[in-house]
Amino acid sequence: MEPIDLDLEEGELELPSEPMHLNMGPSHPAMHGTVRCVLELSGETILKADVQIGYLHRGFEKMCERGTWTQVFPYADRLNYVSPMLNNVGFAMAVEKMAGLEVPERCQWYRMILGELARISDHLTCTGAMAMELGAITPFLWWVKARELVWDVLEEETGARLTHSFGRIGGMAKPPTSQLKELVRNAVPTILHLLEEGEKLLLKNRIFIDRLENVGIISGADAKALGWTGPCLRATGVAYDVRKAHPYLKYDEVDFEVPVGGRGDTMDRFLVRLAEIRQSCRILLQCADRLPDDGPVNVDDPRFVLPDKMDVYTTIEATIQHFKLVMEGAKVPAGECYSYTEGGNGELGFYLVSDGSGTPWRVRIRPPCFPIVAGLEQLITGRMLSDIVPTFGSLNMIGGECDH
Amino acid sequence: MSKLALEKLQAKLGPKVLETHSHLGDDTALVSADAWHEAAKLLRDDPALDFDLFVDLCAVDYPKREPRFEVVLHVYSTTKHHRIRLKTRVGDEEGEGAELDTITNVWVGSNWFERETFDMMGIIFKGHPDLRRILMYPEFEGYPLRKDYPAQKTQPLVPYRTEEEAGLGLEKVAPFGGDEGMPFGRKWFEKGAGAFGELGDVRGTQEATGPRKDG
Amino acid sequence: MATQTSTKVIGGGDQGFATTRLDALLGWARKYSLFNYPFVTACCGMEFMAVSSPRYDFARFGAEAPRFSPRQSDLLWVVGTISQRQAPILKRIYEQMMEPRWVMAFGTCASCGGFYDNYTTVPGIDKIIPCDVYVPGCPPRPEAVFDGLLLIQDKIASGVRKPSVVKPRMDPATDLVQLNTKKKEKES
Repeated sequence: MEPIDLDLEEGELELPSEPMHLNMGPSHPAMHGTVRCVLELSGETILKADVQIGYLHRGFEKMCERGTWTQVFPYADRLNYVSPMLNNVGFAMAVEKMAGLEVPERCQWYRMILGELARISDHLTCTGAMAMELGAITPFLWWVKARELVWDVLEEETGARLTHSFGRIGGMAKPPTSQLKELVRNAVPTILHLLEEGEKLLLKNRIFIDRLENVGIISGADAKALGWTGPCLRATGVAYDVRKAHPYLKYDEVDFEVPVGGRGDTMDRFLVRLAEIRQSCRILLQCADRLPDDGPVNVDDPRFVLPDKMDVYTTIEATIQHFKLVMEGAKVPAGECYSYTEGGNGELGFYLVSDGSGTPWRVRIRPPCFPIVAGLEQLITGRMLSDIVPTFGSLNMIGGECDH
Repeated sequence: MSKLALEKLQAKLGPKVLETHSHLGDDTALVSADAWHEAAKLLRDDPALDFDLFVDLCAVDYPKREPRFEVVLHVYSTTKHHRIRLKTRVGDEEGEGAELDTITNVWVGSNWFERETFDMMGIIFKGHPDLRRILMYPEFEGYPLRKDYPAQKTQPLVPYRTEEEAGLGLEKVAPFGGDEGMPFGRKWFEKGAGAFGELGDVRGTQEATGPRKDG
Repeated sequence: MATQTSTKVIGGGDQGFATTRLDALLGWARKYSLFNYPFVTACCGMEFMAVSSPRYDFARFGAEAPRFSPRQSDLLWVVGTISQRQAPILKRIYEQMMEPRWVMAFGTCASCGGFYDNYTTVPGIDKIIPCDVYVPGCPPRPEAVFDGLLLIQDKIASGVRKPSVVKPRMDPATDLVQLNTKKKEKES
């Protein structure tokens, strides 16, 4: 670890009042595991803060260059691991943009359903963890219970609770199950009910309000210059949501609102996320109504989509297609593209460079929480030490994404 | 994306805008390295462009090209709802001389992104307030995302325990060699390795790389 | 569980006294009141939250109380990928824990580095600290985590320190499924 230097000359007297250097280390319950804040404190007030990330750098971009385009999906899942479907869908859409593929309607609705479920899971985890770090463990447990309901649906659909790797270039790994609509319609009211229960405990609590209101304020202009997007930016008053500004999939055909905050403080970020859960539930119910019951999920393009397994066993063309796709990878045309979607934390961008072969040349993820954590220093300087906890919690730093 | 921004850039910078394209709808301008800061300022300050949201700054390594690195900037305007990609090229074949002006005084958000680009690719941003490694530890040597940095070369901070220390007598040898599990871990300098390999402009007609040879 | 002879020396001082009953009592007390240090880094942390939450409650096993100081904890849960940068911190936390201490590698990244075979990941925490139980999975299901926790409890009770791995459970319905398909083939 980097040493902290105190610059004192030989013979200089150390005055009794000097700032204290405190290390809120990388293994800290409120630091979400992997951020180190080296603080210079005067009493409880923070004079300077050095936010150090990178303790979860796992080399996502380098690993992508070593496999095929489809092999990126498991790595992409583990970027924002609380909302993995959003990363999967984001990457799949980026490759499809480069390849010029248009997925069928059923796939678009399906992606929206799984994506919004992932978004609900993300916001529940963030707000629950915020409450827990302030001492309110009960709402966290209730909201994690609600998250389990979301994960039940995802498990039924994709087979895994957390890191599904379900997206594919040109569609999804499997078509929706027949119980999807019923599961979604059953889960949503319970989630909303649990959300309300937790809110009742927190939002009228004097201590909770005092710890969150007017703490970690940032203006809209500052946030934009820093590169903030997502709920943190919307809490400052800037109504930029990729789903509304540049609709993709079928977001222009569903009704939902974009909650925007007024003050840009921690309380606003908290409330914006809770409101977004409600909006996501609204989108889910609409999607469940609109999802077609039959029809293809994958685009009908043999250059990118694996053929049906029975065909692989019985016909030679499908065998060759399968072989080429697995061994060499889907040959995405050469070029570069930047594709962006609304991830759990904001604008999740993928800048892809392809050289025409089956392996990516460069996969750059634009992590939404990277610039957000860059702004942490500005938020906590001048505030007290204990303000770091709710402020940092409200930024929803996800280590896998921030450190990629 | 923003055609207007491309026009304005060409109007202001003239010959320093080396290339523009709108491939796949993404408007892109390639400027020369000395016009980088000026171009960024224009994008932010011009009221018709008003690029106020900093989106991304990264670098891409094209080892067979001179200059080698391509620094890519994406910005967005929340008021005008348009985007642009600004690119420039720096660095020679060895990776030396990759220097560029910082744009932290244009958009504050580029601070950490420039640190990350420095960390991963070794591009020095002149005038950056605090250019140090961000994702890797300070003792790390080399720039991991460059194509010539082997992906599996570790530089452990804590020396690994030996087998005797761990009390195990097992011989842990991967059956398929060092690159186990990645039969097509591509070497970018192999013949036919796509558009940026030795054969130059090979698009979409790559031979199968076949089983990986021990390297 | 413990298959020991009638006397077993527990170390400590010149006058070591030997008894199995006390040993068993200590083992029982320790295993049902584990203070864990959740060294959470990555995606497995989400499953850790799920394991501690009401549905898959690990308070049932006495392992609920998280202690965020290594001085006060006896079970180190290493949850998630350990990068080279994080390695010295993990080592320091482990060294600060007091005996008796146990380590559980939660997840594939902690057990063996996972699929992050690159310049920045430690290929398993046993390269840095000794590990008692490995729970593979990416992330492991909460049931697998409980298997690991029960294994740790067995180790605590028996005093055996040999590392072990949680095996995947066989699905008892497999035979039934095969029977069904054979029946269908016969019919068609």
